[in-house]
Amino acid sequence: MSTAPAPAGGANGLARRGSRRADDGFHLLSRLAGLTVLVVLGLITWSITKEAIPAFRQEGLGFLTSRRWAPNEGADGIFGAWSFIFGTFFVSLIALVFAVPASVGIALFITELAPPRVRRVMTFVMDLLAAVPSVVFGLWGVSVLAIKAPGFYEAIGSPLSAIPGMGGVFGGPYNGKSFLTAGFILALMVTPIITSITRDVFETTPRGQKEAALALGATRWEMIRGAVFPHSRAGMIGGVLLGLGRAMGETIAAALVIGAGQTTGVRLFASGDALAARIANEFGEAEGAWRSALIGLGVVLFAMTILVNLAATAIVGRAGRKGS
Amino acid sequence: MAATASAHSTKRRSITRSSISGGRRVRNSLATMLIYVAVAFALLPLAFVLYYVVSEGLGVVDIGFLTSELPAQVRRATGGIGPAIVGTLVITGFATLLAVPLGILGAVYLNEYGGTSPLAGLVRFLSNVMAGVPSIVMGLFIFTIYVIPRSTGEKSAISGKAGGLALACLMLPIVIRATEAMLRLVPGELREAAYALGTSKSRTIVTVVLPAALPGITSGALLAVARAAGETAPLLFTIGTARQFNWTLGGPNTALSAQIFSNAQTGFPAALDRAWGAALTLIVLVLLLSTVARIVAARFTVR
Repeated sequence: MSTAPAPAGGANGLARRGSRRADDGFHLLSRLAGLTVLVVLGLITWSITKEAIPAFRQEGLGFLTSRRWAPNEGADGIFGAWSFIFGTFFVSLIALVFAVPASVGIALFITELAPPRVRRVMTFVMDLLAAVPSVVFGLWGVSVLAIKAPGFYEAIGSPLSAIPGMGGVFGGPYNGKSFLTAGFILALMVTPIITSITRDVFETTPRGQKEAALALGATRWEMIRGAVFPHSRAGMIGGVLLGLGRAMGETIAAALVIGAGQTTGVRLFASGDALAARIANEFGEAEGAWRSALIGLGVVLFAMTILVNLAATAIVGRAGRKGS
Repeated sequence: MAATASAHSTKRRSITRSSISGGRRVRNSLATMLIYVAVAFALLPLAFVLYYVVSEGLGVVDIGFLTSELPAQVRRATGGIGPAIVGTLVITGFATLLAVPLGILGAVYLNEYGGTSPLAGLVRFLSNVMAGVPSIVMGLFIFTIYVIPRSTGEKSAISGKAGGLALACLMLPIVIRATEAMLRLVPGELREAAYALGTSKSRTIVTVVLPAALPGITSGALLAVARAAGETAPLLFTIGTARQFNWTLGGPNTALSAQIFSNAQTGFPAALDRAWGAALTLIVLVLLLSTVARIVAARFTVR
């Protein structure tokens, strides 16, 4: 399929010329459709940045580094996004701590352990997990998990907080709506994504390498460590980064269970907030500088997810080329 | 590579199965066990969530609930979610009409015309990037580019149409990627056969390539629709709120996902009941769409 436009028909008949015109028209139309992606991405960048500039001007670099967010203070309010940026990363990392081992395990189960019928059922279940809307997870999180969690959190948190140096991480108060609850809910949402990518790269492990390992007397686990993991490392990292990007951008579930606090410490059971959740919770009542600052949070989130996704695409792309 | 590594390590390891040391055997069983734990980790919460949605939802959902207007006060256990169902259908339908044809055409460009050209590479790359843009950013985007400029004085541009635009932005990259993958599966011989008969390229694409890939494209589009129907974040600042049925794209509207979110936020028992009912309705809708998508894909896959 060459990209050069077809040469214009010179001595062709009228009918032929008509169809050539239709051909060129269709080509142009489809190319324009492809270009909308470029246009929309450009417009997103331009239009949200434009609306956020008043807030950036007002706060300067403090918009990123200050942890004080007080929309009703002073004439125009004070807007520092640091606690939300911190919260976004912290919650996403908690989500990955749960989701990555689970996803790798499920992917290994599907590719190495399960008989074909179970494999199909498991794939279906992961699709089901991916299809559940995030607001439903949020509803479950806020009306079931967040209510039952505090007792459980205290039971595991208070002995662990007695370990020297761990008092902050595991210390109270033990909130049902907290970083940990939000991280757990997000983990459920990114698990299908990471699983499907790791499963795909595991499946590209050459059969010969796996059989060679087994023939040399390796146990199944040694075969996985010696043949499957080294082959899939780049793809797995890419998949994890894609999951991270998704977790950072996930809004609704986090908005319901993260607790809307302003915590900047590594404290699992504290109420915190993430960028997307703060936008969702405050946008309805925001006006003027406040609204501009919330759109500014959107710009920061947009930039962060783009960076993470670029890294993921680069790594997955390289892995794909090496794998095939 | 792994094979040679293992070969070197035979100095340390015996190669006969009978002499597998206890430690190695234990480690193997332990790893197998951990894999099962991982599977349970995903299955248990999913089972819990579905159990709650079905058991709490079934107690709420009946014909009256599905067809009544929303209550004037969320605290009250009256009314239903009829307008939200209508809103979800209208808004998602509009988004589908925008995103699916555009996405299919874009994928046609990528696979049939662009191929490996730099421009096609760029578009392909950017649609990956766009697929990763958080859905709430799509909502902010439509708010800043559509709602703000078009709102004048008393009249706000917040409407089902704005929500549909935001959802369409979300769906576009999904449709493009799914369609391109399906077009790639159409064998080149089909195209060549059509060319050999003197068919023009555009006609070949419309009458041969697209029909051959149609089942796959349909299932990809349905998955995108299912994803969009479940989204809340892009609708938060674009559709406003409505209590009555609104079958049009103009004016404020509401949606199932938005109702679940706002009811869950209030925490009143009656509101939570309504949220569970709406959640059951939404899940049934989404699962119906994705199951149809999977059946279509499995039944008619191009081989």
